[in-house]
Amino acid sequence: MRDLALNGLARQPLLLAPAALGLGLISLMLARDGMPAWGWALVLGAWACAWALVAALAARVGQSGGGGDRALRLAIPLIFGATLLFLWEAVAVGARIPPVLLPPPSAIAARFAGSLPILYADFSQTFLRSVLIGYALGCSAAVVCALAIDRSPFLQRGLLPVGNFVAALPIVGIAPIMVMWFGFDWPSKAAVVVVMVFFPMLVNTVEGLKAAERMQLDLMRTWAASHRQTLLRLRLPMAAPFIFNGLKIASTLALIGAIVAEFFGTPTVGMGFRISTEVGRMNVDMVWAEIALAALAGSAFYGIIALIEQAVTFWHPSQRGARA
Amino acid sequence: MNRLRASFPVLTVVAAILALWYVAAAGLNLQWERDQAARAKTEVPFATMLANTMAQDRPVLPVPHQVAVEIWETTFEKKITSKRSLVYHGWITLSATMLGFVFGTALGMALAVGIVHNRAMDLSVMPWVIASQTVPILAIAPMIIVVLNAVGLSGLIPKALISTYLSFFPVAVGMVKGFRSPDAIQLDLMRTWSADRGQVFWKLRWPAATPYLFASLKVAVAASLLGAIVGELPTGAVAGLGARLLAGSYYGQTVQIWSALFAAAALAAVLVALVGLAGRITLARRGQAGGV
Repeated sequence: MRDLALNGLARQPLLLAPAALGLGLISLMLARDGMPAWGWALVLGAWACAWALVAALAARVGQSGGGGDRALRLAIPLIFGATLLFLWEAVAVGARIPPVLLPPPSAIAARFAGSLPILYADFSQTFLRSVLIGYALGCSAAVVCALAIDRSPFLQRGLLPVGNFVAALPIVGIAPIMVMWFGFDWPSKAAVVVVMVFFPMLVNTVEGLKAAERMQLDLMRTWAASHRQTLLRLRLPMAAPFIFNGLKIASTLALIGAIVAEFFGTPTVGMGFRISTEVGRMNVDMVWAEIALAALAGSAFYGIIALIEQAVTFWHPSQRGARA
Repeated sequence: MNRLRASFPVLTVVAAILALWYVAAAGLNLQWERDQAARAKTEVPFATMLANTMAQDRPVLPVPHQVAVEIWETTFEKKITSKRSLVYHGWITLSATMLGFVFGTALGMALAVGIVHNRAMDLSVMPWVIASQTVPILAIAPMIIVVLNAVGLSGLIPKALISTYLSFFPVAVGMVKGFRSPDAIQLDLMRTWSADRGQVFWKLRWPAATPYLFASLKVAVAASLLGAIVGELPTGAVAGLGARLLAGSYYGQTVQIWSALFAAAALAAVLVALVGLAGRITLARRGQAGGV
């Protein structure tokens, strides 16, 4: 009987959420002035409650339809992420880990809020100039190239293996060369980004252009559609999921390329520059703030592309499945 | 014969790239020759100048045969323990790559097993696995290296950790897909035999996931090499292919940069090919269809 009651209790999100929150807050307060041994028990308790909450919520997914379900699917990873942040904070503060090694999230957040102008300057140098310009140039060049290759089976058989090979190479290695050619400012970073995004994008687009089926192509032919019409009305739409896949892969590569290229020489602004200099000065919380910025920018970039994908390829099974 | 025909377009494209490369090198390096001639106040015939662009010490763009000669000299004509040997640097990078690859594969598989068997983990961890890759980890590489150095951890492990972070993702995502690839009808059959979770895993899910495993291992090994190379950048250019790149860029040794780049490319190609071969052999022995 008691087991049943406990079991029921462990499935009540309304009870678990405040329990996790309360235990967590108390243990964090304890952690600030030296964690007593039983404080760690509270940390573990908060963790257990949070996990039980996640499990309880996960069991409910799919039971209620529509909006509630979507909110649950969003809430579960958020709770999990918050738990990780809490554990990080508790361990970093409670165990007195030297901030040089691992600053607690609160210190990073404070640093982030305190140095917004610097962060914005770095963001606009690295992201708005190098990444966006390089990304746009590289991806459009790749799509144009793919359309050209598409006209020639010979080039397809010749360029694709080479493209596949190059896509697997550690391309960031060209960063020092590009810095030598295009100087220290953003054009050299944009050039690295162009080369980095080009091949994955090319391979994906060419793959996508093959996605139209024989039957569909024949149907277009019976309608006497020109090459251009077939391309615009059938093959490009069919290729869209592949193209967006390429765009998504390229979005993370672009940010990496721009930041790593800055390690090889830059003007005194930029995310990569800031990271490498602040590491040298052991200002680790600033580095983490910069990383948080990079993560935010990267996720937002990815998210925007995913949203555009949803709007453009709403007809595709993978998107319909996600909605239903 | 068929192979020959298939490789013909590839060879043509490669030849075209090489030809383009020579033309570009001549164009880019010509300026320096002109400056030299102007400074010496001599009239150098164009043909000589053109020939000279192929043999500069620090060209803007070294020509392919310069790079090939440099690779040959640093690979076969130096002792492999020498600091100037590409084999020495390549080995250092390779060992970090392999360690990170093993860690990453283990972590990725563990995550995939958890995600497939636990619904809460699927809903809570999976989004973060995907989000983890939007963090430009390579940007954190210098910090990880410097910080771990400060604690006394140096050498292989920090680089391998970066490789781990890059390589666990393709394995985790690929294996989740693979473990879920058995059809409902197959899972039902296991149920009618009253197989427990472990039996379903080892007798159905694991074999079904093997093709996916090798496909994602190929991506993982390339990512892991990339991580090791970038991990070597901030260590102050001590050893490894990444250090060769950085040292080359400090001293304007373009030929050295390009040769390190090609060594890295060759290493990546060999690693991917080896994983592919292992996959084909494994799948052939099992009588499964090869590759995904």
